[in-house]
Amino acid sequence: MQPPEHWRGTEPVRILAPDGTPVGEPDVGLDPEGLRSLARWMVLARRLDRECVALQRQGELTVYPGFEGQEAAQVGTAAALGPDDVVFPTFRELAAALVRGVDPVRYLWYHRGTWHGGPYDPRATGFGPICVPVATQLPHAVGHAIGTALDGRDVVTVGFIGDGATSEGDFHEAANLAAVRRAPCVLVVQNNGWAISVPTAAQTAGEIWRRADGYGMPGVRVDGNDVLAVYRVVREAVERARRGGGPTLIEALTYRIGAHSTADDAARYRDPEEVERARAFDPIARYTAWLTAAGHLDEATLAAWEQEAERFAGRVRAELVEQGPPPDAWLFEWVYAAPPATFEREREAALAALGDEAAGP
Amino acid sequence: MSAPIATDRERGTAHTMVGALNAALRDAMRDDERVLVFGEDVGRLGGVFRVTDGLQAEFPDRVFDTPISEAGIVGAAVGLAFAGWKSVVELQFDAFSYPALEQVIDHVAKMRSRTLGRVEMPIVLRIPSFGGIGGKEHHGESPETYYVHTAGLKVVVPSGAIDAYRLLRRSIADPDPVVFLEPKARYWAKEPGELTVDGPGIGEAVTVREGRACSLIAYGAMVARCLEAADVVAAEGLDVRVVDLRSLVPLDDDALRRAAEETGRIVIVHEAPKTLGLGAEIAARVMELAFDHLEAPPVRVTGWDVPYPPAALEERYRPSVARIVAGIRRAVTY
Repeated sequence: MQPPEHWRGTEPVRILAPDGTPVGEPDVGLDPEGLRSLARWMVLARRLDRECVALQRQGELTVYPGFEGQEAAQVGTAAALGPDDVVFPTFRELAAALVRGVDPVRYLWYHRGTWHGGPYDPRATGFGPICVPVATQLPHAVGHAIGTALDGRDVVTVGFIGDGATSEGDFHEAANLAAVRRAPCVLVVQNNGWAISVPTAAQTAGEIWRRADGYGMPGVRVDGNDVLAVYRVVREAVERARRGGGPTLIEALTYRIGAHSTADDAARYRDPEEVERARAFDPIARYTAWLTAAGHLDEATLAAWEQEAERFAGRVRAELVEQGPPPDAWLFEWVYAAPPATFEREREAALAALGDEAAGP
Repeated sequence: MSAPIATDRERGTAHTMVGALNAALRDAMRDDERVLVFGEDVGRLGGVFRVTDGLQAEFPDRVFDTPISEAGIVGAAVGLAFAGWKSVVELQFDAFSYPALEQVIDHVAKMRSRTLGRVEMPIVLRIPSFGGIGGKEHHGESPETYYVHTAGLKVVVPSGAIDAYRLLRRSIADPDPVVFLEPKARYWAKEPGELTVDGPGIGEAVTVREGRACSLIAYGAMVARCLEAADVVAAEGLDVRVVDLRSLVPLDDDALRRAAEETGRIVIVHEAPKTLGLGAEIAARVMELAFDHLEAPPVRVTGWDVPYPPAALEERYRPSVARIVAGIRRAVTY
């Protein structure tokens, strides 16, 4: 089996080989229920991801960025956090959002074009707004970590980014600030091999995890398709941050099975054979093979999850397609906490004009 | 009414704007323990203009230096707002605020709206701005239009020390993000008076000189220059009003309407280049609000549509008293 090109170089931390054979210590501190939960989330997330692609094809979502192949990197990271820990995501972390308790229907308001980045409650869920401007959420994660540390709160903040985002200035500024302040945060790079059409090799000439050394923080390269390894590595980084040990940079090697988004045609720049080869490293098959061999999973349970996933995707679809556009008043509703008088006059005039428009000539 | 209690900031004491801003930060941090001050060189040095002088000694945890990273600084302020902190950030110079524009436009200005009102951004971006101090390239620009054009921000510019104190306290207390542009040319000008939060709020313009012949509309360092120009034409019997806008977002439409209705002639003065400067917006508004009262087209006296010049030429760029006087004559002789 030939791993994806961008996995070359330093061997990542790995517990399960791609066929599910243990090559490291599989005891990561989870009981059988916790171990099964990782698999269940990955099954639910993949089914919902495929439903979202279908919803976009049917005109129910505007554009959708799929995450198939990256379930382990996201579920393993999200599961390693404590209940008060906080995540600042990119736009491709729906699987992590599910694990953190974000309502998927509200989340998908974003991709339906119903509302912008934070249609769910970022504070109540501990899951920051969906963020499209590349790498700009990383300084938020670091600032949040500085803030919780100033309060002496026992909170660790995780910032997700992708391989392409490591080329942005905001990645550098955030990583540097985090290290200088010893902020309690974990920076998780999902290196999925492709930034839209540009492969990792054209994005960066070095190995991403090695940059940590330049910032003065620990760096780890992990097999991002091995959910146990991701869980362990993130858990260690989170615990280090909790103890005052500062931030960690984690490069999770994974693979983007789908296109960048439903607006993209990956066949224009990527050999379909590469995708077929990458399927041999599928995170769900790998993990369920081990769970089954270890006696933690049987066919009936797996089938039950798959049925649950069908119902789950169906419920999300049904609720989502019911969602019409929000009222015109939302254009103005939350722009200012203390709206100026001039703004209020414009609001009044605009809503009157829009009302007239809706009423017809 | 009882006499005000005399303090070390008693009436009659003259303040520099730097001193007033420093007092505003100190008082805000004393009154509200959620206020943070950070940026480049704001700690031990006290800022390159000394606006944060001594603050770190009093608030060692809440005043800190950051790496040179404007986007990171403003982005961190966003994350700190998520964690319940109110950041007062110093971006060292006008042109050095540009690396943070993405954070300001994409996040600071929009976060409250995109989170359905759940996450507010009580952030103040202090930016020493505008020219007139013989600064190097990239140290004398007028960035206000970039911020004014971004919905979700408030933008204020004090013209003197007393109002600088008031506006900064109001900005820090405001639940919305405020871009606070400090006219460097007025940093060391002394103004007598009491430092207090009482008085006009954000969004209220102040008529600093009454007059009927025409109205000069200005902000920041140009207010003092307009007053000089008003003195010049007063000697000839022309009675000119001077309005200090103070707040660029929101604009005080009522004050603009009154100026147009009561004087019929409007002269707008700013250092920023003419094209899409505030003068364009103000001219449009007075025509919308009081077209029938206008006796002349609005006149704009502004910087030229050129890059901000080197020190040797900056006073050939900034509106001079003579150019403002010429603008007044154009308005009143139309």
